[in-house]
Amino acid sequence: MTHEIGGRVVVLAGGLSPERDVSVRSGRRMAEALRATGLSVDVLDVDATLLPSLAADRPACVVPLLHGAAGEDGAVRGVLDALGLPYVGSDPVACRAAFDKPVASARVGAAGVAVPASYVLAATTFRELGAHAVLDAVRSSLGLPLMVKPTKGGSALGASVVRTEDEFPAAMMAAFAYGDTAVVERFVEGTEVAVSVVDEGDGPRALPVVEIVPDGGFYDYSARYTAGETEFFVPARLDPAVLEACAAAAVTVHDVLGLRDWSRSDLIVDAEGTPWFLEVNVAPGMTETSIFPQAVAASGQQISDVVLRLVERAIAR
Amino acid sequence: MEPTQHPTTGTRLDPWVDAYAARTRGLTASQVRALFAVASRPEVVSLAGGMPFVSALPLDQIADMTARLIRERGPQALQYGSGQGDVTLREQILEVMAPVGVSAHPDDIVVTAGSQMALDLVVRVFCDPGDVVLVEAPTYVTALGVFSAYQCEVVHVPMDEQGMRPDALREAIAHVAAQGKRAKLVYTIPSFHNPAGVTQGPQRRLEVLEAARSHGLLLLEDDPYGLLGFDGTVPRAIRADEAEGVVYLGTFSKTIAAGLRVGWAVAPHGVREKLVLANETATLCPSNFAQLTISEYLATQPWFDQVKVFREVYRERRDALLESLEALMPPGTHWTVPGGGFYSWVTLPQGLDATAMLPRAVAALVAYVPGTGFFSDGQGRQSLRLSYCYPEPDRIREGVRRLAGVIETEVELAATFGSPVAHAHRDGPSTPTPDLA
Repeated sequence: MTHEIGGRVVVLAGGLSPERDVSVRSGRRMAEALRATGLSVDVLDVDATLLPSLAADRPACVVPLLHGAAGEDGAVRGVLDALGLPYVGSDPVACRAAFDKPVASARVGAAGVAVPASYVLAATTFRELGAHAVLDAVRSSLGLPLMVKPTKGGSALGASVVRTEDEFPAAMMAAFAYGDTAVVERFVEGTEVAVSVVDEGDGPRALPVVEIVPDGGFYDYSARYTAGETEFFVPARLDPAVLEACAAAAVTVHDVLGLRDWSRSDLIVDAEGTPWFLEVNVAPGMTETSIFPQAVAASGQQISDVVLRLVERAIAR
Repeated sequence: MEPTQHPTTGTRLDPWVDAYAARTRGLTASQVRALFAVASRPEVVSLAGGMPFVSALPLDQIADMTARLIRERGPQALQYGSGQGDVTLREQILEVMAPVGVSAHPDDIVVTAGSQMALDLVVRVFCDPGDVVLVEAPTYVTALGVFSAYQCEVVHVPMDEQGMRPDALREAIAHVAAQGKRAKLVYTIPSFHNPAGVTQGPQRRLEVLEAARSHGLLLLEDDPYGLLGFDGTVPRAIRADEAEGVVYLGTFSKTIAAGLRVGWAVAPHGVREKLVLANETATLCPSNFAQLTISEYLATQPWFDQVKVFREVYRERRDALLESLEALMPPGTHWTVPGGGFYSWVTLPQGLDATAMLPRAVAALVAYVPGTGFFSDGQGRQSLRLSYCYPEPDRIREGVRRLAGVIETEVELAATFGSPVAHAHRDGPSTPTPDLA
C-alpha cells in the first residue's frame, strides 16, 4: 500500500544526549515501519546540517525520536514550530513538563495519581549543607530502599536503587554525573509496568499494559537494551481492575501534562494494586526491545499503521 | 481497555536466549558503550579511540596502486589464497620485522586478519576453559575479550614504569600453580604499551622471558607499536632473543592501514602448523586482496619513510597531550609519558571513579576510556586511557582543557560525598566499538 502525504517524512534520531545510541536504533526502526506504508522517509541527525536539509527539501512531517535532553525537553520541537513544520508528538511546553521528573510528578500527583514521596536535591545543596547531614535527613524521612535518579533523562542512565546506607553517596554521585540535580524517592516495591498511550484523534487511549520482569531485578540500561535479559508479559499479570487502574493512570498522565499523539508512562503496582507513577516519556523508544511496539502489537495493530495515522494527524493540525 | 487474559509465559524478545553459550555472558548492552556513541559526534573531542591517523597516508598513490593491482593481478587478488598467507608478503614481513631484530624463515609466519585474529588463533590452539593466562595490569582490552571468549582465567601481573614486573610475574605463576590451576600463556605488550604507555627496557624483557621460560610457559609478544618510537630507536623484540618460547604478533594496522586487516604471527614450527590449520578453520584464508595490497605497497612505496611520517605526527600529538596535562590537570592527577605508540595512562586523584565520571565528561564534550575496561577483575576505577593518535594537536589541547574541568568538578563532588563505594554495575563492555577503539 502506498500513501501520499505531500512529501517526505523526516525521522529525527541521534543527537548529543547519552541516549544517542538508543535514539539512532529507534529512528531506524521507525523509518522501516513508515517505509512499509510506502512513504518516503529520511533519518536525520540533529547537527549543523539539519536545518539546511529541512530547508532544501521541506518534509511533510517530522517524527522526533530523540531521547534525552534537546529531544524530549522540547527544544528541537520549538525549532520545528518556528519553521512551521508539523511533527508527531507533544509540543515544547508539554515536553518540558514531562521531561522534568519533579514537575511531572507534582502535576500527576495533583491529578490524583499516586506518586512516591521524593525530594529534589542539587549537588550544591550537599556542598553547602554537608553531604552526610543531607543524606541522613532524606533517609530518615523516606526510609530505605530509595530510588535515586537524575531529574532529567531516561533509559535508567544514572539511576540506582539504594538498599543500604553505604550505597547512598555513590548513587547520588552516579545521578549527578548526568545532571546537577537528582530526585531521591521512596522505592516502591511491586510489579513494574509500562503503559503506552496513543491519541489518533478520538482521545487518548491506553494500549495493553506491559509487565517488565528484568533478570537482575532492576530494569537498568543493560536490561532494557539486551534482548533476553528481561521478560515481558502483555498484558501484565494483574487483576483486570488493576489493569484498568494502570490504564486510567497513564491516560491521566497524558491528559494532565497536555501530551499529544503518544506517550509511555512507567508505573509500579504495589501489593495493594495501586499504580504509582514513576515517569513519562514523550518520545517512546522504538528499538527491538522497546515497550511501545510490543504494546501496539498486543493491541492487534501494526506499528506502521499507528504511526501513519499519527503522521496524517500531525499534518492535518 | 481490551479484555484481558493473563499470559502464562512472557516474551524475552529473543527466542535464542536459552541457547547461547556460557561464554557469551557479559555480551550485553552497556551504559559506557552508549556514551561512546556520542563520542563519534564531531563536537566531542574523543581521546578514547585508538584509530590510526590514516589520512597521513599517500592516498593518491595507494589509489593508483590498488587500481593497478586489480587491473594486472585481479584474478589472483580476488581469489582464495593460502591459509598461511601469500608467500611474497611473508618474505616482505621479514624485512618489516628486521628493525625489531626478529629473524625467521618465511615459513615461520602465518598471515592473519589483523593481529587480533592471530591472538585469537593462539588462544584457540593453547587454551582450554579454565586455563590461566597471565597478562599485564592493565592490558589490551580486546585481548581480554579473546581470553574471555575461550573461557580462560585471567591473572593480572602488576606493572611499573618499565612494564610487567618479573618478580610479580614469578609470584603470580607460583600462586596459580599452588591453586592447582594450569597456566598456559604469558601475554605481554613490551613496547609502547596499550593502554599503559610504558616500554620494557632490554633487561626487563629478558627477565620477563626468563620468568615465563623457566616455568614452561609460552610468551605471547604483541608488538603493534614497536616501530612507532618517537626518538627513532626501535626496541628489540623479545622474539629476537628466543625463537622457541615466543609467539610474536605483528600488524600493518598502525604502520600502513588498519582497514586492510592484515597482521601476522611468527611461531615455532609445531605451533605454526596448528595456527595455519586453525586459520583455515576460522577464515579459510586471510584476504588475498588485502595481502596483495599491502605487498604492493611495501614493494612500491617508501614504507619506512611513511613510518617516520607517522612517528612525527604522533610525537607532535603526544607532546600536545603531555604539555596540556602538565598545564591543566588538577593536583593528584598522574600520567605516564609514552615514548611511542598511541596512549597515556592517567591516574585520577584519590577517590575519583573514571567510569562514574564518564557521563559528565561526555556532557562536557570530551571522551576517554575508563580504566576498568582494561582489567578483567574490576580494577582500574581510578584510571583512564587517553589516546592522542587521532585528534589534531589543537583538539587534543581543547580536550584536555575540558577534561581538567570535569575532573575538578568531580574532585569537588568526591570531597562532598567522601569516597563512596562504587556501585557494582553488572554492565557490558566499557570500551568503544572497533571503529572508535
